[in-house]
Amino acid sequence: MDLINPSVVDLSRFQFALTALYHFMFVPLTLGLTFMLAAMETVYVVTGKQIYKDMVLFWGKLFGINFALGVATGLTMEFEFGTNWSMYSRFFGDMFGTPLAIEGLMAFFMESTFVGIMFFGWDRLSRPAHLAVTYLVALGSNLSALWILVANASMNVPDGAHFDPETMRMTFDSFIRVVFNPDAQAKFVHTSVAGYVTASLLVMGISAFYLLRHEHRQFAARSFRMAAIFGIISTVAVITLGDVLGRMDYEHQPTKIAAMEGLWHTSKPPYEPWIVAALPDDAKQESYFEIGVPYVLTPLVTHSFSTPITGMHELEEQAGPRIESGITAVAALKRYSETHMAEDLAIFQAHEKDMGYGFLATRHAPNQDVSAITDEELHNVVEQTKPDILPNVFVTFWSFRLMVFLSLYFFVIFAVAAYLSLKKQLERFPLFLKLCMWSIPLPVLATEFGWITAEAGRQPWTVFERLPTFMSASTHGVGYMLFSLGGFTLLYSIFIAAELYLMFKFARLGPESHGEHDPENGTPSLSVIAH
Amino acid sequence: MDLYTVLKLVWAGLLCVLLIGLGLMVGMDMGVGTLLRFVGRNDAERRTALNIIGPHWDGNQVWFILGGGAIFAAFPTLYATSFSVFYVVMILLLFSMILRPVAFEYRSKVDASTWRASWDWAFLASGFLPMFVYGAAFGNILQGVGYHFAWNGQYYQDSSFLSYLLNPFAILCGLMAVSLSVFQGGVMLMMRSENPIYSRAQGYARTGALVGAALFAIGGLWIRHVRGFVLLEGQPGMPANPMQGQHVSMEAGAWLHNYVAHPVLWLLPVLGLFSMVAGAVFVSASRPYLAWWTGVGSWVGTIGTVGAAMFPFFMPSSTNPDQSLTIWNSSASQYGLICMLVVALIFVPLILCYTAWCYYVMGGKVRPENIINDTHSY
Ligand code: HDD
Ligand code: HEM
Ligand code: HEM
Repeated sequence: MDLINPSVVDLSRFQFALTALYHFMFVPLTLGLTFMLAAMETVYVVTGKQIYKDMVLFWGKLFGINFALGVATGLTMEFEFGTNWSMYSRFFGDMFGTPLAIEGLMAFFMESTFVGIMFFGWDRLSRPAHLAVTYLVALGSNLSALWILVANASMNVPDGAHFDPETMRMTFDSFIRVVFNPDAQAKFVHTSVAGYVTASLLVMGISAFYLLRHEHRQFAARSFRMAAIFGIISTVAVITLGDVLGRMDYEHQPTKIAAMEGLWHTSKPPYEPWIVAALPDDAKQESYFEIGVPYVLTPLVTHSFSTPITGMHELEEQAGPRIESGITAVAALKRYSETHMAEDLAIFQAHEKDMGYGFLATRHAPNQDVSAITDEELHNVVEQTKPDILPNVFVTFWSFRLMVFLSLYFFVIFAVAAYLSLKKQLERFPLFLKLCMWSIPLPVLATEFGWITAEAGRQPWTVFERLPTFMSASTHGVGYMLFSLGGFTLLYSIFIAAELYLMFKFARLGPESHGEHDPENGTPSLSVIAH
Repeated sequence: MDLYTVLKLVWAGLLCVLLIGLGLMVGMDMGVGTLLRFVGRNDAERRTALNIIGPHWDGNQVWFILGGGAIFAAFPTLYATSFSVFYVVMILLLFSMILRPVAFEYRSKVDASTWRASWDWAFLASGFLPMFVYGAAFGNILQGVGYHFAWNGQYYQDSSFLSYLLNPFAILCGLMAVSLSVFQGGVMLMMRSENPIYSRAQGYARTGALVGAALFAIGGLWIRHVRGFVLLEGQPGMPANPMQGQHVSMEAGAWLHNYVAHPVLWLLPVLGLFSMVAGAVFVSASRPYLAWWTGVGSWVGTIGTVGAAMFPFFMPSSTNPDQSLTIWNSSASQYGLICMLVVALIFVPLILCYTAWCYYVMGGKVRPENIINDTHSY
């Protein structure tokens, strides 16, 4: 079997990471802002106060600018699995394509169809009907997060499927187990709540900007208060669910949790410290300059005081027999695909659960063919494959740390903000308002670090313990990759420049800019279309 | 027939419906995008044209996304192989597709004329290119594409992207798809605009329909000389594995075999051709609503024609024909197909209902004077 050109794999990974991280700059804001808009509009419909409608229109405009890029970059994602991860898509299509298609049917259609009515339908619908439309948009965007995370969780915890040697693919056993994968549920709540944190800080930051300039004061103070309360609740939830996710990794992905915690050797409860900072060296397999807080790690990860967490050296040792058994599995599978002998099938089935480790070893096998490994070579191949089971520790460790540190910062800033705005003391603390303003991009940063933790920590697998990343990519030339990477970089740079320009422009203009504000008699807004 | 075969057939049918929906709804918006610079001579007119599809383009675009998602779920091997084989073309398609949402949202938010003109060009590119690629993909698939699989399912590409781009038959198909989208877009503009946009759109829509009909007829004559594929061996109920169990031969004119065997299939190309001609007539007679429905007939006719010719092939391989992808060997598992079918049966009717409701709510003519002062509009 020919291996895919390693630089094509690396470029495909790089392109995927780039486009996914980019998509995820816009998604959290959509997730959060749609619900904030719905909340504001609810207040408007209940109280009938024009200022709340102004709030919806103003924040809705910023939402629209952001949403366009969410949609544009999402399109890329939908097609990238086929264009760049051909083997993965074929191998895992049942499990992955299904939630993705459901996402389209259930969520994208709802969100995208109603978003047009949300923007254009103000004068064509009764107030409650428009409110219902806004809620449907919010529901749609959050449902889309649910289904994509179900898809993503199934690659981390491939539950509810088995490998079928007749088709060389993973086959669905249980839709229910895929949907109710606990990893998916926890991821969904953690991610959507992270979106609420992002939106809250945006609204708070821009409102702080107005308060600093003494513009739109009533509007800004109300927006600020709503955002601060929304934000503190969301931050508490994000941290709680983050804890659940960590436990999920501990149960299902021991390599990921060990890398996240920089744990080279199995922990010694209860003393084992939680490392606050260190310099992990992947090549030497040890960390320098460790600073830790004793007694914290074990209860944090395992929720007990006595359970040890397996370290990376020990995980490598444990992988040895699995690699050996996996090599047997893949060799038998190959023979079976050629001759269809029942005995090969039996051998394969006996070693099936280690198949992925056999694939992992192909890189080190002579001619990249594990069925050609002789008994003398076996030991060598297994030894060479062992370190491959670990993700990049430096990246995983630090992206996780940065996400956690940022969430503590958010907790503090929202708590202070909620306190001050409820006491109506905000304008006495201009420095704090400035801090709120400058913190606008930080939740997006935290979200990106979270994804890097989750995805880099999953390495070397695309489907955990089933399919290695280096086998998953499409086979094409480096030139093709450079073409697509270049184009995406160019287009995405133009997009981000245009979006930031418009965001700043409309944020500066402030709420009256939409030309509808008329405190006297409600809403003489100009309709798009007259009969 | 066993259950698995039935499910594969049902999903192949649904895929056809989806491709038709995509051509129709996305094609309509693309047509408006392509025509934007021509039906609107000044900014107010262009904004009018944009706002006609303004509330709906995002919903329509989901047909395109769902097209990808549904192929992924129901025929994963087809999704994985076709998108990779056409890598450069797909990426070009993506580049142009992702310009569109941004162009809609951003174009009219800044007053500078270079800003707006740039986005207008983006509309032209993102209307023309995707429809061209969409049609050209059918043209390429009809001729077979170069790929093969290794024993474990890893696919390998055997020909360069240039052969997919610079290929006369594919170019013909691409231009036909563009014509149909111009027709549909023009008709949509007629339905919701007044003069002068109306009469300009009328002219383009008529041309679109007639050019489309001509190209379709030429394609029909040409296909007799195109090398087709014949499935000699391969069971409908086989495990979905293209690496084995199939024997396929290539011969010129083979795409007409199904028509010879079942003459009733000729109704499909007749429907296509007839609809396009009738469309031109209705447009000339200023009956845009009737013309819109002939657009439906055109897409059913054209995609139906291709589907009937190729059945049961999806994407034949010209370099290793035995590994050609068919309805039988590229589908998801039986269980997966059942799950998706249940979901589709619940949601597709729902989607059709609320989409119709949105068109109903936003119905009526769009006039430049309503737009110019309203900052909500595009
Ligand atoms: C505002 C954003 C934000 C904040 C403040 C946090 N997270 Fe987070 N985190 C995310 C945004 C995020 C995310 C981007 O949404 C991720 C990526 C994958 C996912 O499901 O959520 C994520 C992933 C993620 C993972 C990896 C899940 C996996 O393996 O798939 C863990 C273990 C945590 N988080 C834990 C935490 C903890 C313990 C936090 C606080 C103390 C925390 N997160 C705060
Ligand atoms: C359902 C959702 C997602 C799926 C199925 C998915 C799948 C993948 C795949 C196939 C790869 C390439 C192979 C690999 O290196 O593992 C990858 C890598 C990556 N993805 Fe995701 N991804 C998803 C969501 C995201 C999101 C939303 C982000 C970021 C915001 C993200 C960030 C990354 C990063 C940073 C990598 C590179 C990791 C590395 O190569 O070390 N992913 N993901
Ligand atoms: C965990 C990761 C992801 C989440 C939570 C997520 C969520 C969302 C949300 C909420 C939207 C709405 C638009 C917006 O936010 O601005 C969106 C758009 C989109 N996303 Fe993602 N996404 C993720 C990753 C992906 C991936 C991996 C794909 C590809 C399969 C994808 C495909 C799309 C598409 C096609 C759209 C455009 C939908 C439209 O036209 O309305 N997303 N995504």
